[in-house]
Amino acid sequence: MTASKRSINQKKLAPYIFIAPAVIFFCLLLVYPILFGFLLSFQDWNLLAREASFVGLGNYAKALRDPLFRKSLWNTVYYTLMTIPPTVILSLILALMINSRLIRYKSLFRVLYFVPVVTSMVAISFVWKWMYNPRYGLINLALEAVGFTGQSWLSSPTLALPSVAIMMIWQSVGFYMVLFIAGLQGIPETLYEAATIDGANRWQTFSYITLPLLNPTIVFILITSVINSFQVFVPVFVMTSSTTGEPGGPLNSTRVLVYHLYSIAFRNLDMGYGSAIAFILFAILLIVTVLQFKVVQQKVEY
Amino acid sequence: MTRRNSLERIILGTLLLLGGIAMIVPFVWMVSSAFKPLPEVIKVPPTLIPQNPTLDNFRTVFTRVPFSRYFLNSTIVAVVVVFSTLFTSSLAGFAFAKYDFTGCNVIFLLIVSTMMVPFHVIIIPLYIMMHRAGLVDTLLALIIPGLVSAYGIFLMRQFSQGIPDELLDAARIDGASEFRIYWQVVLPLVKPALATLGIFTFMWNWDSFLWPVIVSDSDISRTLPIGLSTFGQQYASFYNLQMAASLVTVTPVLIAFLMAQKYFIQGIALTGLKT
Repeated sequence: MTASKRSINQKKLAPYIFIAPAVIFFCLLLVYPILFGFLLSFQDWNLLAREASFVGLGNYAKALRDPLFRKSLWNTVYYTLMTIPPTVILSLILALMINSRLIRYKSLFRVLYFVPVVTSMVAISFVWKWMYNPRYGLINLALEAVGFTGQSWLSSPTLALPSVAIMMIWQSVGFYMVLFIAGLQGIPETLYEAATIDGANRWQTFSYITLPLLNPTIVFILITSVINSFQVFVPVFVMTSSTTGEPGGPLNSTRVLVYHLYSIAFRNLDMGYGSAIAFILFAILLIVTVLQFKVVQQKVEY
Repeated sequence: MTRRNSLERIILGTLLLLGGIAMIVPFVWMVSSAFKPLPEVIKVPPTLIPQNPTLDNFRTVFTRVPFSRYFLNSTIVAVVVVFSTLFTSSLAGFAFAKYDFTGCNVIFLLIVSTMMVPFHVIIIPLYIMMHRAGLVDTLLALIIPGLVSAYGIFLMRQFSQGIPDELLDAARIDGASEFRIYWQVVLPLVKPALATLGIFTFMWNWDSFLWPVIVSDSDISRTLPIGLSTFGQQYASFYNLQMAASLVTVTPVLIAFLMAQKYFIQGIALTGLKT
């Protein structure tokens, strides 16, 4: 009797002990910092000055007035608009091609396209920076070989951000392709057989079966890709830094939101304003995600 | 009909192959540049196979900066973080899935809801905490934020739910303690999920940049990506050195990926859609 009682007690107590490590770390490393950061965003606090003062919404108002913040917000939106449509369309086309019954060596192709995804982002950025070199880089040499004029790519204020975008499309296509393939394989074969019997052509099969049934995958991919591209940092940091100025150039044309946050908080040590930027970015991401859900869900209900 | 099919197969295959070559070209360019001496690197037209192949670039990389130290730092951080994440996630995930206790759902929802909060939101407060604790520029500062993962807890709970209750009760009747049930019954059953979570935690960590670039100030705590970035900026016009350093950084992960690519891709397809 005592033994069974002990085991019942143990069964009641055990889950609390099991979740304890996770919950303790969680409070210390996530919940507390989130609250702390939120409070910080209402304070004027330089890490060196040590004196914090409450400024209400001052930091948020500062962001609205800060031309560099507005510039980096616009750059981030522009970058997102440049990367997402080509990435999603290309990865869907690749997935459809690899998933085709006519293609052999499927896993070889999947691996080929997936290699950039697992490669260190810093290394990739250096390789592309070298390829974009106006004088000796592979891209200009190739362009000149077929009769085009070379571009100044990363040192041009109009081309620098598109150059980063092109690299990121190349880098992430394989990732979304794998997600699309998984989505495609979840569509029951019988539906396609039925469509063939009914005499549907390929375009009809694609637009009435594949696309609608792929909708959950598309929603997921759109949401993750927007969140990812709003947080772009490494390629900007590595590719656009020069010996003369801080990254984000030329003329702040590649200064993106996370870089601006980094620069304000860890170069200027303006922790209060930096936190406000962090929460503005968080709010933007939440709104964009909710909007995407709303828009796409309406389309599903047909 | 069959002729049309074979024509289509050729077109599709060619397109896929061309795209695949485009994926590989930057890597070929990197490898080729890494083995060339500086004059050959900036030769026009470029050579694909180095005319005077040399290992000097690698020698320079390893003597000018402590690259092996960066490598060691990256490994220590990634290994500790992976094991901590696997342990805390599987233990908590099991508790949330298989026990009915007060606050179970509320706590779980709270944990899952933080998955929406991007990391940059907590980066400033985390830095201040590390600063106050005197941990800036130590490996601990790199490890601590990775000790627990909301995503990991979520994933492990989903997988633990599939374990039959009868199995756990049978172990209880046999007199096993609750922890022993976790250790000897649950863990072996959730191995596939642990493998996936482990691989991805490792990858994210190995490649993480924003946090390390903030807390690492010197070679003592620099990880590979940070070391590579600092090195590349120091030798900005030595493309041969940059490519050699990049190649050194990339190779171990690429080898690991090529050996375990099936698990990588399956894991992405599985967990990517489940969250």
